Amino acid sequence: MKRVPRRGLLSTLVGIVLLALMLFPVYWVVNASLQPNGNTLRGGWFPLRPDFSGYAVALRAQGRALLTSVIVSLGSVVLSLGLAAPAAHALARFSLPGTDLMLLGVLITKMVPGIVVANALYSAYTDLGLLNSHLGLILADSTAGTPLAIVILYSFMRTIPEEIIDAARVDGAGPLRVFRSVVLPLSVNALITAAVFTFLFAWSDFLFALTLTTTQTVQPITLGVYQYLGAHTDQWNAATATAVLASAPAALLLVVAQRHIAAGATEGAVR
Amino acid sequence: MTDLSGPGRLARWMFVLPAAAYLLLFFGYPLVKNVVMSFQQYTTTTFYTGAAPFVGLLNYSRILSSELFSEALAHTVLFTAASVLGQFVFGLFLALFFQRRFPLGGILRGLLLLPWLMPLVVTGTTWRRMLDPETGAVNALLRGLHLSASGVPWLTSTSHALVSVIVVSVWVGIPFNTVILHSGLQSLPGHLFEAAKLDGAGPVRSFRHVTWPLLRPVVSVVLVLDVVYTVKVLDIVLVVTGGGPADATETVATRAYELSFQQFEFGRGAVLGNVLIALSLLFALVYLRVDRLARNV
Repeated sequence: MKRVPRRGLLSTLVGIVLLALMLFPVYWVVNASLQPNGNTLRGGWFPLRPDFSGYAVALRAQGRALLTSVIVSLGSVVLSLGLAAPAAHALARFSLPGTDLMLLGVLITKMVPGIVVANALYSAYTDLGLLNSHLGLILADSTAGTPLAIVILYSFMRTIPEEIIDAARVDGAGPLRVFRSVVLPLSVNALITAAVFTFLFAWSDFLFALTLTTTQTVQPITLGVYQYLGAHTDQWNAATATAVLASAPAALLLVVAQRHIAAGATEGAVR
Repeated sequence: MTDLSGPGRLARWMFVLPAAAYLLLFFGYPLVKNVVMSFQQYTTTTFYTGAAPFVGLLNYSRILSSELFSEALAHTVLFTAASVLGQFVFGLFLALFFQRRFPLGGILRGLLLLPWLMPLVVTGTTWRRMLDPETGAVNALLRGLHLSASGVPWLTSTSHALVSVIVVSVWVGIPFNTVILHSGLQSLPGHLFEAAKLDGAGPVRSFRHVTWPLLRPVVSVVLVLDVVYTVKVLDIVLVVTGGGPADATETVATRAYELSFQQFEFGRGAVLGNVLIALSLLFALVYLRVDRLARNV
């Protein structure tokens, strides 16, 4: 095996320093969450005596919000993929009239500010009774996931060779069978990528949580983090512990599904 | 294959219909509704009485003539331009750095994504605490290094607050820029760099004459995505400064939020929403033009 040249190790060192600088805020919030209460304002730079009371407070106060976030995010994954997968297949395969228009529409959604959507949805939701409901948030949060999932799945499904589909057709499979038994199994990786991002987008949503909920009944964790800003300035370990809990899925998915995140990121569509 | 008649045709449409309906309801409808709302007068009682009379261009004239609007517009342009510039420059630097092959390179590049995946509310909260003039880590560091005895009033001074918000926005955007630019760099033909090296070109010349021209299409896409995304950012500003102090960080997006959801003047909020769309459309046109130019080269 080739020996690692010294320049390579120097690059590693520089890389670690750069990353440490970049990730300092992440370290800092974790550190702050582990400081004993009262000590946090001028807490140490290292959690020498880690104190988990902040997490105990956070879980007690925000457990329900975490559950709400899980429900809404999973709901958004199901809805977004349920809408996007068949549509992406149709756009990639059927050459229906209006395909270009729909793809253009999907791209344009990126330019629609969330506040515009919220503005209109608030009055519509008031009439429909969807304020303060899981369904309302799932529907609104999927505005981030659905177009993204369509783009990711479309660009993958386009690469599925026509011969595979034709072979299934010759065997007598109808459009639904082809989609379910051929296209979907082949698209598992793209589906996971789309699911990861859809989940993270819904989980991170703040705007719709802020505007489309007016009571505490259905309140995701992002709102829980936000509300600490105003009131509980004496509980900074609990506030930062809540912030850490709210970023846990991001960190977890980065570890578990890094390949998919990298793949989705380079698709360029995820912003 | 494309048998577009009979029951097969209907089945095919059923694949795309639900998604199309959703996009129309949750993007098309809000776009239209915002235009309609911008001509109506909403008040705190509108949602009980249902009364939102049409008032012509009143909302527009009131918004466009207000001093706060021109301030917010200026802040938005400044915030967007500075954020995108910062994200892009740091992103490009990191992308070039990670193009080298070295131990742990892949893992470090992966970890770099974390700031981008964290909820913006968390990012905002973290930075707000770090930038706290009295107790934040940033001033503690500056004091410790004897760079500033009194500390910098990051969030409390009207002349610093916008800079602070931009810093946070740059931090959030660096990973995305790095990833896209890195994958753009990876897709460039390697033999051109070899050739440049053989011709005696140093890293700077090689970047200027080989890398940059080839990377241009990717660069334009990244920049436009950055702009379209940053111009409508609300979470960061709302959490880090809340638009303050003394409106020093009010943007078009935060004003739209406040008018609609704090003062219940949805009509005037809609006007600002439409301004945001106009700004985005302007960039969209630039995007299409740049994209076409890039493809014709």
